Amino acid sequence: MRLLVSDLTHRYDDLTVLDGIDLTLAEGEILAVIGPSGCGKSTLLGIAGGIVAPTSGSIRVEGEVPDGCLNPITFIFQDFALLPWRTVEDNVALVLEHHPLSSAERRERIDSGLRRMGLWEFRKALPKQLSGGMRQRVGIARALAVRPAMLLLDEPLSALDAQTRELLMDDFLELWRREKTTALYVTHNLDEALRLADRVCVLSRRPGRIRELVTIEEPRERRQEPSAQAHLAEVRDRLWHLMKAEAQMADREIARA
Amino acid sequence: MPDSLNPTAAAAASTMGQPVRFRGGGFTVKRHPWAALAAFAVLIALWEGASRLGLASPLFLPPPSAVAHALSGMVTDGSLWLNLKASLGRIAVGWVLGTAGGMLVGFAMGIFSTARAVGVPLVSAFFPIPKIALLPLFILWFGIGEPSKFATIGFGVFFPTVIATYSAIDSVPRNLIRMAQSFGLPWRSILRSIVLPGALPGILAGFRITASIALILVVAAEMIGAEYGIGAFVLMAGNLMQTDTLLAGVLVLSLLGLAIGTVLSQLERRLLNWR
Repeated sequence: MRLLVSDLTHRYDDLTVLDGIDLTLAEGEILAVIGPSGCGKSTLLGIAGGIVAPTSGSIRVEGEVPDGCLNPITFIFQDFALLPWRTVEDNVALVLEHHPLSSAERRERIDSGLRRMGLWEFRKALPKQLSGGMRQRVGIARALAVRPAMLLLDEPLSALDAQTRELLMDDFLELWRREKTTALYVTHNLDEALRLADRVCVLSRRPGRIRELVTIEEPRERRQEPSAQAHLAEVRDRLWHLMKAEAQMADREIARA
Repeated sequence: MPDSLNPTAAAAASTMGQPVRFRGGGFTVKRHPWAALAAFAVLIALWEGASRLGLASPLFLPPPSAVAHALSGMVTDGSLWLNLKASLGRIAVGWVLGTAGGMLVGFAMGIFSTARAVGVPLVSAFFPIPKIALLPLFILWFGIGEPSKFATIGFGVFFPTVIATYSAIDSVPRNLIRMAQSFGLPWRSILRSIVLPGALPGILAGFRITASIALILVVAAEMIGAEYGIGAFVLMAGNLMQTDTLLAGVLVLSLLGLAIGTVLSQLERRLLNWR
């Protein structure tokens, strides 16, 4: 599924957070969006997912929805957004409840997601009994249960510690190795962008405009290898150079406000 | 430093370094399971002793033994059950009516902004009225019998339930609702699967408040006009100067309040085990 954003602007009252965003997300592409706090990254994602209404401009999706897809555009949230009163498997079941599925298929969708995320033995546990990493895995299993065509990830690893973040990045890589799900990945972490994305979109400080779109030439599977490091370091420097200036200015503007 | 007065100790300290002194680990609450029980026992013993020694007049402050005797008399002659049944029935009907109505209105106010715009000023206006003041009016409307008591209790329970319910709905995390919307859950499912369970802790906390309001109001209403009921029983005992029976009635009320609180705690533990 492709995503086409054209001349998108969003204002909260007098505050312009996104200004004239033009962006195309190709089928199967993973685009990371980075930028300083308050630049409208999450708003862009909300608009793409239809939970924030844009002030002006258009956002459209094109392309075929794969078989068995129940919710083409699916979120994975920073705070996991799990129902604390439901067990792991019931949290996954929630998003299937309003779909007419046979009980066998319902079961299969829940169980396969739980097994893939290594949650099978925790399926009867409540969220409070799980670590942050496990909770986000429930969020991923829930997203997989609807067989999404496009994933919108809103800083999915920001609430986790460094080791857990590494482990979950591997999970994401595995996921995208198996399924060519298009993804918009919002983060403020350069390492995540460099590990996971095909392209990186750098947003300016508020009002968010596209500063630059950087393509990472190295294929995802090879980025851990020594031969890839020179290219990645170069991209990293470029991204950090772009981000640093914006972040510094954003900081000053926030201090003045 | 006292160590400096002792040269050998000072020398030892300088070569071995100073041991790090434990400075406390923050305030921790220690459990003293027997303290409460002991305090009760001491209080009752003092009270009994004061009475036996003639320090307090048994007419104005009967000893615990006399209260216990009066209570056992209530059990054997059936007056305990007769009066308790009357009070419990009034609490049950009044509380259920007030709670059902209050939750209905509270949900409407929590979900629909129009209902809230209309409801909040009305609730704020009616909530502070001491509901027992309306009993005479309810007696005129519904007669001296049960309905006026149900109405007083129901009315007293209604407003706190409204407030507890709509603030509980406000406290349901918005990110969960957005999540459900992003997965295309219909409005009804969001209400049933997210808003209702998410609001449950606040609603149950409201039950605790309304249960004690119901207890207060039932006693007050029974004192104004009732043949049976713990309130009427206590008033009657007072009129007859039977202070031991009076205190036995008060003891029953205290135990009743305790029992209701325990039931609610069990309910919370059962329903909110996910917290």
